Amino acid sequence: MTDDTLIQHRPILFRYALLHLRDADLAEDVVQETLLAALQSDAGFAERSSLRTWLIGILKHKIADQQRRDARETRLFEPDRVGADEDIEEHLFNAEGSWHSPPKVWSHPENALEQEEFWRIYEWCQQNLPARQAEVFMLRELVGLEPEEICKEANLSSTNYWVTLHRARMRLRACLEARWFGIQQTGDK
Amino acid sequence: MRSCREVSELVSKSLDVHLSLRERMAVRLHLMMCRHCSNFKKQMLFLCRAGASYVEYLEKTSRKESVKR
Repeated sequence: MTDDTLIQHRPILFRYALLHLRDADLAEDVVQETLLAALQSDAGFAERSSLRTWLIGILKHKIADQQRRDARETRLFEPDRVGADEDIEEHLFNAEGSWHSPPKVWSHPENALEQEEFWRIYEWCQQNLPARQAEVFMLRELVGLEPEEICKEANLSSTNYWVTLHRARMRLRACLEARWFGIQQTGDK
Repeated sequence: MRSCREVSELVSKSLDVHLSLRERMAVRLHLMMCRHCSNFKKQMLFLCRAGASYVEYLEKTSRKESVKR
């Protein structure tokens, strides 16, 4: 295993750690520890995806150690509330498959990315997704893992993965529209 | 003609994998006629960007040297 093969996984490991620790400096530290541990153990991994799975396994331990040191064990994904994973589509579409409340026009959504207040709402919406949906969405869109890796990580079949990711997007979309974009239009910042 | 529900699923899927030619055509045709689903598609693309930007935002605001609000 060369240093190059290891280092190319660094961005993904960093984003994974950042989401769990919510501290970029600490995240860099645990990623460095992880890469050093990997170098020292020097297991021969031929396949790139299995290497990353292995690295994330080490990283999880380092993150847990760090959280214990901080004495602030925060769980990124709370266990699902009962019924939280229910079929959201039933509420969004009528029997013919048309929208109950159709998506509105979001004016200048890119401006929102510059606003502190938007990120607070975004975070709130993201954290209020059912746990499984939040996990799949974040691993895909924020960390950037491949679908097959996420299936393994979250213990999902590929069909369930798609459904879960889609429901997460639907919920997040509806939440952002209800709490930000639907309101912004009248106020027009 | 596919329903909005079906098209929304295909739009979501198209963010991660290539759809078949038939699926792509069905989506395109539907979007030409349905502004609700056109809005939806734009919003899905925005969500992808927002996810990546959120990570940058989290990194920027959690650095020691940055001013915490």
